[in-house]
Amino acid sequence: MLDDRDKAIIQWLQGDLPLKEAPYKEIADALAMTEEEVLGRIASFLARGYLRRIGAVLYHQEAGFKANAMGVWQVPPDQVERVGMIMSSFTEVSHCYERPTTPQWPYNLFTMIHGRDKEQCQKVAEAISHKTGIKEYRLLFSIRELKKTSMSYF
Amino acid sequence: MDSVDKELLNQLQSGLPLVSHPFKALGEARERDEQWVLERIKELRRAKIIRRLGGIFDSKSLGFSSTLIALKAPPDKIDQVATIINGYPGVTHNYLREHEYNIWFTLTAPSPAELEKNLQEILRKTDVPDHLNLPTQRVFKLNVEFSL
Repeated sequence: MLDDRDKAIIQWLQGDLPLKEAPYKEIADALAMTEEEVLGRIASFLARGYLRRIGAVLYHQEAGFKANAMGVWQVPPDQVERVGMIMSSFTEVSHCYERPTTPQWPYNLFTMIHGRDKEQCQKVAEAISHKTGIKEYRLLFSIRELKKTSMSYF
Repeated sequence: MDSVDKELLNQLQSGLPLVSHPFKALGEARERDEQWVLERIKELRRAKIIRRLGGIFDSKSLGFSSTLIALKAPPDKIDQVATIINGYPGVTHNYLREHEYNIWFTLTAPSPAELEKNLQEILRKTDVPDHLNLPTQRVFKLNVEFSL
C-alpha cells in the first residue's frame, strides 16, 4: 500500500515534472527527502504498475489529429475476443474497450479512432468493418471538448 | 515542427529514463546538451503541443474505480449540464458528441461506493433523466501515444 511519503511524491508527479536539470532533486528538496529515496519510490511505482511511465501527453489537435470519433460496435458475444484483437491492430485506434450493453444501448465494443479529418476516421471505420465483418456500428464524432485533464489522485 | 522535434516528442511520449538527469540523457542521444532539451520542451509547451510532462498513472492499479457515462442532454441545456459535470475533480474527460446521447464523460473515484455517490449526485443536479453507465469490462488496447 501507499504511505504518506508515496502519496506526496504522486501529488508532484500527477502534475508537471519540474523542467530543471535534476527534476527529482527538486521534488526531493520540496518534500525534505533525498533524491535517492524519490527515485527509489518512483521505481517501485513503476514495478508495481501504479505508474505507467513519466512522459509527455500531447494536445492531439496540434499534433495533426484534428478529428476523433468514438466508434461503437455491436459485436456478438462469442466474437468479442477475435474482433477486439483485430480492432486493436489498427494504428489509428488508440483505445479499444469492451463495455456492457443495455436495452437502450446495443454496442459492446468501443474504439477511439483518430484522424486528420472526419473522412479519414470514416475510412478507418470502414476498413475495420470490412476486416472484422461487423456491420452494425456508429461513429460518434466529437463536436467539442468540454473538459480534458489528468486525474488528481491525492 | 521539424523532424528533430518530432523525434524528441516520440521519445518524450514513450517515457523519460528514470535517472537523476533525464534531460541530459535525452540530449546525449542526439549530441545536444540538457539546456537544449529543456528549451525545446518549454517551447513545445508554449506552442500547445505538449499538454503535460509528468507521471502517467494506472488508476485501477492505484485502487480507483471509474466508468464512462453518457447523457441525453437537451440541446439548450448543454452548457449548463457541462458546467455541473466539469465541476467534479473525478471527471477527467468530457466530450460533446454527435448522437442523441450527446454528453460523454469519464468519472473516477477512490472506491465503487464513492463513484456511485458522485454519479447519483451528478444525475440529480443535471436533471437529465436518460443516461448510460458503461464501465470498462475489458481493455483490448490503451495507447495514448501519437506516433509523429
